[in-house]
Amino acid sequence: MSTPQIIPVSSDYIRILPEIVLSVFGMIIMLLDPLMDEESSQKTLSLIGLGGALAGLVATWFMGQDPGMAFWNMVRVDGFSVFFHFLILSIGAVVILTSYEYMAVQRIRAGEYYGLILFGMVGMCLMTSAVELVLIFIALEISSISTYILAGFRRRSATSSESSLKYFLLGSFATAFFLYGVAMMFGATGSTNIDVISAALRSNSIPVLAYVAMALMFVGLGFKIAAAPFHIWTPDVYEGAPAPIVGFMSTAPKAATFAVLLRLVFEANAPGRFWLIWVSAALSMTIGNLAALVQTNVKRLLAYSSIAHAGYMLVAFAAAPELGTSAVMFYAASYAAMNVGAFAVVSHLAGAGERHVTLEDYAGLGRRSPSLAAVLTIFLISLIGIPITGGFFAKFYVFSAALSANLVGLTLIGVINSAIGAYYYLKIIVVMYMRDAREEMSVPPVSWGVATALMMSLAATIYLGVLPQSVLGFAQRSAKVLVQQPDAPLTAGPAPAPAVHSTN
Amino acid sequence: MNNLDSSILSLVTFIPAVGALLLMLIPRRDRDIRIFALIISLLTFCLSLYLPAYFHRTQVGFHYEVNQQWVTSPNIHYHVGLDGISLWLVLLTTFLTPLCVLISWKSIHERVKEFFILLLVLETAMIGVFLALDLFLFYFFWESTLIPMALLIGVYGHGRKIYAAVKFFLFTMIASVFMLAALLWLYAKTGSFDFVTIQNAIHSGQVPGFAAAAPWLFLGFFVAFAVKVPLFPLHTWLPDAHVEAPTAGSVLLAGVMLKMGTYGMLRFNLGLFPEQSRANAPWIMILALIGIIYGALVAMVQPNMKKVIAYSSVSHLGFVVLGIFSFTQAGLDGAMFVMLAHGVATGGLFMLAGILYERKHTYEIKDMGGLATPMPTYATFFLVVVLASVGLPLLNGFVGEFLVLAGAFQDRPVYGILGATGVIWSACYLLWMYQRVFYGKVTHPENNSLPDLDAREQLALWPTVIAAGVMGVAPLLWLNIIDPAVATALVPFVQVASKVVGQ
Repeated sequence: MSTPQIIPVSSDYIRILPEIVLSVFGMIIMLLDPLMDEESSQKTLSLIGLGGALAGLVATWFMGQDPGMAFWNMVRVDGFSVFFHFLILSIGAVVILTSYEYMAVQRIRAGEYYGLILFGMVGMCLMTSAVELVLIFIALEISSISTYILAGFRRRSATSSESSLKYFLLGSFATAFFLYGVAMMFGATGSTNIDVISAALRSNSIPVLAYVAMALMFVGLGFKIAAAPFHIWTPDVYEGAPAPIVGFMSTAPKAATFAVLLRLVFEANAPGRFWLIWVSAALSMTIGNLAALVQTNVKRLLAYSSIAHAGYMLVAFAAAPELGTSAVMFYAASYAAMNVGAFAVVSHLAGAGERHVTLEDYAGLGRRSPSLAAVLTIFLISLIGIPITGGFFAKFYVFSAALSANLVGLTLIGVINSAIGAYYYLKIIVVMYMRDAREEMSVPPVSWGVATALMMSLAATIYLGVLPQSVLGFAQRSAKVLVQQPDAPLTAGPAPAPAVHSTN
Repeated sequence: MNNLDSSILSLVTFIPAVGALLLMLIPRRDRDIRIFALIISLLTFCLSLYLPAYFHRTQVGFHYEVNQQWVTSPNIHYHVGLDGISLWLVLLTTFLTPLCVLISWKSIHERVKEFFILLLVLETAMIGVFLALDLFLFYFFWESTLIPMALLIGVYGHGRKIYAAVKFFLFTMIASVFMLAALLWLYAKTGSFDFVTIQNAIHSGQVPGFAAAAPWLFLGFFVAFAVKVPLFPLHTWLPDAHVEAPTAGSVLLAGVMLKMGTYGMLRFNLGLFPEQSRANAPWIMILALIGIIYGALVAMVQPNMKKVIAYSSVSHLGFVVLGIFSFTQAGLDGAMFVMLAHGVATGGLFMLAGILYERKHTYEIKDMGGLATPMPTYATFFLVVVLASVGLPLLNGFVGEFLVLAGAFQDRPVYGILGATGVIWSACYLLWMYQRVFYGKVTHPENNSLPDLDAREQLALWPTVIAAGVMGVAPLLWLNIIDPAVATALVPFVQVASKVVGQ
């Protein structure tokens, strides 16, 4: 990179403002934690965590006002990264709201919990705006290390430690693959900058090394999004990790990784991706849905469901760039809304030590707590993909993007899979409304935090299902900018600005 | 009044949904909730009377149309409209819903609020299905009927209700996925979900690759509708769903939801794929005939009143499919009329069966016997409705079946002859059931003390009996509006036929 600029200018910092804000709040939590006793730390730290996420959202708005490149073309702020920043930070805010009650019930000392969530978000946010493979790798590691620890946060539970260790070992293995891929891509194109790679791959004949590089990077990223055949860790990790963290892990890092994958596939125009993605998408959908059919643990069930949903999202990667990108973005948003919501209900019902996480524990919920049951039903309906929920339009955009690229086979596999998927989500609804509880367990009252979290996810799910236009329109505009990057990336000037009016 | 023209369809569609929303806010006093639901459903019915009152018979195409952009990308419109085909089906829905509220007055005593919320949401979705002219909107409403109905069966039903609800849900859900695939294909090629736009594009041959895909598209739509109708051999969900459903669920399922399937065939299969409809008509008609005869034979040996009525639906809906795929004016007129008549008569039968269930908590025929003695009024109502269902002249069942058979006969005499046996079968199983339930001595002493109909139950039954009578005596009131719409729907078939003749 031959840029005359040596010292970062102020606009550089604006363009990573959300990351800075999150880091500051995270550090405040780390500093305050040792000074507080357990009782007061629960409340204060969660409030600071929430404040951090909200301040991050405000910072995202500032960042969005000033799109362009930063830090020697390593970071790009465009509609695309603003979208994902907003998404990840909203997920974080909702998860923090859910966590407060959960931590109190589980009697886990909050400590660095909220700090880790904020640090994790720093990594995820950076992943979505980085256009430099090495920076992406670093961001990926920041995000991963936080989630490794968070997965093991139920210290007294063996499954949680198992979950954390498994995730850590397999995860580091997978990131090594990614790094290997980055190195090979450097060998193939002479750069780790996505724009330069894009130009190189567009102009010359594509070296074989680039195919290998793409495949290796896909292994690393496929692990993070729990796409088959790199999904083996998912059920065990999700089963052991604290329920709110599962809601977080299954949406935010996934969204960030999908953002990276989008940049790689569509912006960098990586070669040989079609069959890679085709096979992985078909496998994820089929394995995820079939395995979910026989689960009796709700967390495992939702784990397999998240594998299946990763598959649906991957379908869009095989489609045309513009349609595919906006479909993935919309899917990521609506999946986040419904899945975080579903896990908020799961973590509320789990009870001390997460004893109530089997289907049997949901029996008669429709009678014991009509409102919780109704809310969970709406999330499940959305996961099935039935109208008036975001999940419906999400599937719809993905499949119609695939169909307009003439991917009839893949679409059929997807459509059949979503019919299979209906069965196990329905099973939960059936159990809640049509079975009587074995023993009368009273549902603990819903705290304000969980209630707010549920209301927010519910509102987002319904909003995306009734008026998808605003979010989709934003996704489409950013997708257009993403896939039409300038061919001369070496000029350091600001990239063409997307029309960023507001962050939501 | 005519300034209502632009908003009347949206009002009729969404008043029940708004009512359901308001119900959520009403405190859980069961009586208030019932009264409120009744008021909402009656209000919807009264508003829907506007539709035939200001319907211009001479005007071709859709009435009271509203076409507004809903989502710009994909290009989805809120496009609703009404023609002679959908008009009466909407009215049938708004007519049956208040009766369902009345009939559920006492039989639903737990989770009353949720019950009526589901019922009203279901009404909105069903009306939406008949009014939607945007394929996407249609699919939207189509799928929206699923959840409330599945919950009505699964929560408020009896016996193996969960099995029935899940089976119902999965059958319909899986089948409609094929319709979704076909919809998406059409959208990908035409860039529009609008029924009229797509229809014009297809008829003028502007859809690339249509010729190769059309047989599959036809099947995609057809499977979704055939499961709903249900056409033999896809009918197996129906007896389970009907028997285990609460009375109101059965009434709406048989009265309206089955017609969503035949309406879909008429509107979309015939409307979008005339040539494929022609080509596929022979085996479809054979399946319809099998359905008529098989449904009747199975109905005859059922030990359970509700199962008899359920299988009679399989048989009667076979007539509708037979009429639709005869592609004759008489056949289609008849099919429409059978839909309405079946909705009224079978709705009535299910209500009557439900009334008996409230008293005896069983549907088994062997537990009845000689009921005409303790319940004379009930027996009379039952007889009228049975006769309407059997197809006695001057009651509503006759007109439709006659027209369908006339149409089938025009198409191919053997279809008419085979279909006509169905009329005899239906007399056999219904009258035999009637005889076993009502005539003879009271075989179970405890039945002597069964109370006869009370005022509320009579109030729910009178409208069906009156409707059955008026429809039987003055069918032209209905057919006058149906006829031109059917003629329009048949235009492409006349063209196809003349093409075939011309060659």
